[in-house]
Amino acid sequence: MSEIFKKTAVELQDEFNAGNVSAQDIARASIGAIKSVEDKLDAYVTITEEQALAQAADIDKRKQAGEKLGPLAGTTIAVKDNIATTGVRTTCSSKILENWIPVYDATVVKKLREADAIIVGKTNLDEFAMGSSTENSALKTTKNPHDIERVPGGSSGGSASTVASGAVNFALGSDTGGSIRQPASFCGLVGVKPTYGRVSRYGLVAFGSSLDQIGPFARNVKDAAVLLDVLSGHDEMDSTSMNRNYEPLVNSLDKGAKGLRVGIIEELRGPDGFDEDVLAALETTAAHLEKQGASVDTVSIPASSYGLSAYYIIAPAEASSNLARFDGMRYGLRVEGETAADTNELTREVGFGDEVKRRIMLGTYALSAGYYDAYYAKAQQVRTLMINDFAKAYEKFDVLIAPTAPTTAFKVGEVEDPMTMYLNDICSIPTNLVGGTAMSVPVGLDSKNLPIGLQIFAPPLGEDVMFQAAAALEDAVGYDAIPATNVYGG
Amino acid sequence: MTKITSDDVRHVARLARLKITDDEVETFTNQLEAILEHAGAISALDTEGVEPTSHPLAMNNVFREDIVRKSLSQDEALSNAPEAQDGRFKVPQILGEE
Repeated sequence: MSEIFKKTAVELQDEFNAGNVSAQDIARASIGAIKSVEDKLDAYVTITEEQALAQAADIDKRKQAGEKLGPLAGTTIAVKDNIATTGVRTTCSSKILENWIPVYDATVVKKLREADAIIVGKTNLDEFAMGSSTENSALKTTKNPHDIERVPGGSSGGSASTVASGAVNFALGSDTGGSIRQPASFCGLVGVKPTYGRVSRYGLVAFGSSLDQIGPFARNVKDAAVLLDVLSGHDEMDSTSMNRNYEPLVNSLDKGAKGLRVGIIEELRGPDGFDEDVLAALETTAAHLEKQGASVDTVSIPASSYGLSAYYIIAPAEASSNLARFDGMRYGLRVEGETAADTNELTREVGFGDEVKRRIMLGTYALSAGYYDAYYAKAQQVRTLMINDFAKAYEKFDVLIAPTAPTTAFKVGEVEDPMTMYLNDICSIPTNLVGGTAMSVPVGLDSKNLPIGLQIFAPPLGEDVMFQAAAALEDAVGYDAIPATNVYGG
Repeated sequence: MTKITSDDVRHVARLARLKITDDEVETFTNQLEAILEHAGAISALDTEGVEPTSHPLAMNNVFREDIVRKSLSQDEALSNAPEAQDGRFKVPQILGEE
């Protein structure tokens, strides 16, 4: 029973349904595991032990009474700390929100509670989800359980780290330019950026509103499908959530790859700046899919070369506008000055870290008179070209593939220059700009024994075919979803 | 494209209500210059006549009947206020002295 925390969600649910373990056993095992490695991983901003145990007790009580439980009963989940949770502080790993206690649940959190997933805590992130290593957190630096000298990726690094350690079944992340997929890749997990509008953003602290999307981390494709099925759906509190119904993704998992047309994106395979092992994994992946009956060819998506450039105008522009609300007046930190304007400035000086300031200034610059046309308006046109180029590729291909990130996990402190850090997002950004879906699937280890993730892309609302390809790939690779338990020692 | 100067950085910091020191101005100028140089690559693309995309979805106005519904209570809305008084947010003086 002490090992129950290592099980995948679906395995654990089977044990729970069979009556071998209770929800309280599961909650205690998960929180025990989290606490035993937290000093090494620094994955959590807040561990919600009391609430988790109360929730588990309630689930057990309802099970005993013969009530029908939610689809995630018997599983545990951690939530990125930029997603609102009633009564539990939601910090965005920023000093400016360090003591903010939401009075409402994000819609995804409400859905998790209704689905009976036990919420065990709030995970660390790059401040306001701006970063690719979780080193930009103002609160702590999360480490990768596969090698605690290395970063877990970012910005959802705490979520990735804790799922990879096996301490929880699932985590929620948010993905504005790769913040779910890149850490999933670095930590050997499945991470999904859903189609823009599939999952409600209500209660997600806004970064880039036309790019942000909440999505799942899990240890295998099936678990990810189970969770995304719960998260998907229209929400009247988010006018950008699509009003439509979704077929369960778990129905797509056994279809195999036969007949699938797979395109390798020419522009997102380096070779400059890409690890040889990562590029080799791309070839192996293509071979695996071919062996499963898919046809594989390369495809050129010319505008995707400009994704990074367009993104680092559009995302900061949206961020500079979204983060204007942190003015020290209604909630969050206030550093009192003589006037209201002084108070604004002092609060934001103390409350924001350097990366957040950098992006606010960059966005303000790109939106300011004289530069608007050259930067922001132009970037929006590039976005249209990217949408068109991807749509053209999908006329000939069902899914596209590329590495998730150019490298595997780097060492804490290794990447200091902001522009070098941004280059990490080169393969993940295009999906956010076009509003499509993409997921990272672990395909093996590099020469340093670090996980390599491969990305599968599909057009907007193409999650079914993407999960079909991902399940076939996972099957062919035979990558074991065993957590990185070395971190527990002895 | 024109290079970003330290004066530009001071200007945008003021617009964005960020107080930054002289040392920071220099660091940020260099970093922003490197980022903008990369971003400026898009100027090479021919976008003549291309419609801009602000949002990946077709956005429509969402309407509902104007019916009063439950919302946050005054206490809830004020629960995170740095300072509150008599059911209101208390803020520093905004207009000049009387």
